Amino acid sequence: MKTIYFDNNATTKVAEEVFREIEPYFCQLYANPSSMHTFGGQIGIKIRNAREKIAALLACEPSEIIFTAGGTESDNTAIMGTLAAAPNKRKIITTRVEHPAVLTVCRDLENHGYAVVELPVDKQGQLDLKQLENEIDDDTALVTIMYANNETGVVFPIEKIAELATGKSVVFHTDAVQAIGKTPLNLSKSSIDLLSLSGHKLHAPKGIGALYVKKGTRLSPFMLGGHQEAGRRAGTENVPGIIGLGKACELAAKNIEEENQRVKSLRDKLENALLEKCPGSRLNGDKENRLPNTTNISFEYIEGEAILLMLDKYGICASSGSACTSGSLEPSHVLRAMGVPFTAAHGSIRFSLSRYNTEEEVDYTIEKMPEIVNKLRELSPFVSK
Amino acid sequence: MWEYTEKLKEHFFNPRNVGEIKNPDGIGEVGSLACGDALKLTFKLDENGRIKDAKFKTFGCASAIATSSVLTEMIKGKTIDEAAKVTNKDIADYLGGLPEQKMHCSVMGREALEAAIENYNSGGTKKHELEGKVVCTCFGVTEKEIERVITENDLTTVEQVTNYCKAGGGCGGCKGEIEKIIEKVQGRKIKEKLQTLPTKARKLTNIQKIQLIQQTINEQIRPALRAHGGNIELIDVEGNKVIVAFRGMCAQCKLAEYTMKDVVEAKLREFVSDALFVEEDRDSAQEPHNHRG
Repeated sequence: MKTIYFDNNATTKVAEEVFREIEPYFCQLYANPSSMHTFGGQIGIKIRNAREKIAALLACEPSEIIFTAGGTESDNTAIMGTLAAAPNKRKIITTRVEHPAVLTVCRDLENHGYAVVELPVDKQGQLDLKQLENEIDDDTALVTIMYANNETGVVFPIEKIAELATGKSVVFHTDAVQAIGKTPLNLSKSSIDLLSLSGHKLHAPKGIGALYVKKGTRLSPFMLGGHQEAGRRAGTENVPGIIGLGKACELAAKNIEEENQRVKSLRDKLENALLEKCPGSRLNGDKENRLPNTTNISFEYIEGEAILLMLDKYGICASSGSACTSGSLEPSHVLRAMGVPFTAAHGSIRFSLSRYNTEEEVDYTIEKMPEIVNKLRELSPFVSK
Repeated sequence: MWEYTEKLKEHFFNPRNVGEIKNPDGIGEVGSLACGDALKLTFKLDENGRIKDAKFKTFGCASAIATSSVLTEMIKGKTIDEAAKVTNKDIADYLGGLPEQKMHCSVMGREALEAAIENYNSGGTKKHELEGKVVCTCFGVTEKEIERVITENDLTTVEQVTNYCKAGGGCGGCKGEIEKIIEKVQGRKIKEKLQTLPTKARKLTNIQKIQLIQQTINEQIRPALRAHGGNIELIDVEGNKVIVAFRGMCAQCKLAEYTMKDVVEAKLREFVSDALFVEEDRDSAQEPHNHRG
């Protein structure tokens, strides 16, 4: 059975070009880039090239990029490093819909005497910028707000938010893990101070990420040890990961148009057809301000895990905000923050596409989904027949 | 992905006895949309008092659907007395086992069966109701139900109780109470596990006292407030006076002074020291940045 992969916000396929590029760095070019010999020195040059490619995608200086082990480490570093550099400030502003890599860190800091403000979102999943502005005060050390939501794809007006924060001399961090390669960025002209990205969300391998640190931003190192990354992140470089991330960013720069046209039109086709063919379905999140690849649809009165298992039988991979899929007992914190009723939150399905998806895959899913919904509705005590 | 048995998957993809029996002898309805799963069980008896037919309708995940399906198979042919002896463990065993976090599905099956039998015994008048004190308000689980899953499945930790009946799986505010119920039911068996809870020390230094107050607020008080959109901040400790500020919903709540303060005081006296009393810091609550929406 063919696998139809619509779970690209969870992770992506490593691009063949990326895989070919990193292959020599395991058994042949395995030296430590910090070594004094030529064997190691040549690796250092490759890392520099990779850093330049990432800087090119983000339109920033190569020296503003720090390599990390992924999005979670980038987020942790940004938050902890900023607070450590401003010990006299005790307030953090974030949102209720952040990824756990940010939200859990903030909530833990609350237990250590920090005041954390979690901004609410409206039904569309959008913030009230007036409220954000009111919250920023002299005691605020950091504003950390995601670029695009991993569950709904909703994109925040991040430039405006960055200006609000930095206009009041508060450091601004954004978790842009889902946005990189899907939204064009120009950090040289932006007010963003810190930005997290993750390799495996844009067709690079897992275990590599980066943190953009705008020149002049005060940030204490989070990982201590060796002198790597100019003393800002210790630990021997993940050479294949870095090379792979460089290549993936180069490809992303080339494919960003396709992402916003072909992938978007596939997503729209899937979304429109499912909403039309499945009665009692609704779209979650701001339809206009959204990533081009993501759709989050709720199917009322049925449960997400059951839908996923039925899809799985046809080789279709998606994900759900239902309680049962996470091992927790409550549905997605993002959908709850948006006020999605329980009747719909438990039955939410996220399809996230990539440039490797085809129209046939979309058509096949459009054909199978109504069957699945009907079958489960026949079992549901909340649907009278 | 969950590790489901082949038998479970087979029952999920091909559920038996789906539907509702017209004019049934017993109806059992448990669960709700908010909880994430719900089951409606109906059965009909033959002239010898044996269950002739049983049907189900279930909203829920794959294991909820599969447990409902096997439940109907298991009770067919049984007398009411025989059916009443079916435990949640029997249902799970019939499926070749369930993942720990899904054991609550088997408990839901047993509850629906009991409700249906109760309904039959009352001549079709009685509907399933919560009995006794509700411990977990997020999922509406009573003390009686928690005691029962502990006894029947020999549970010793809060995590297990959550897996079996969901209690404690929402805001987590009732975890301390569940711990006490486990202690009551299981007695000595769990003595050493209880050491992890903050225990009252005889004599505390000021720094130890402040740390214990902060820990008690973090672990025993904040989770429950958070679940209702509120929060609490420890402002200061002056001798035995603990100054706190309520945030968000709690700060705006008119009853805050009477209810929240008392709850916090009770928890702090329980876990830290009987001499403590709580005062609310009104000034900081007035500052706009302290209000969570």
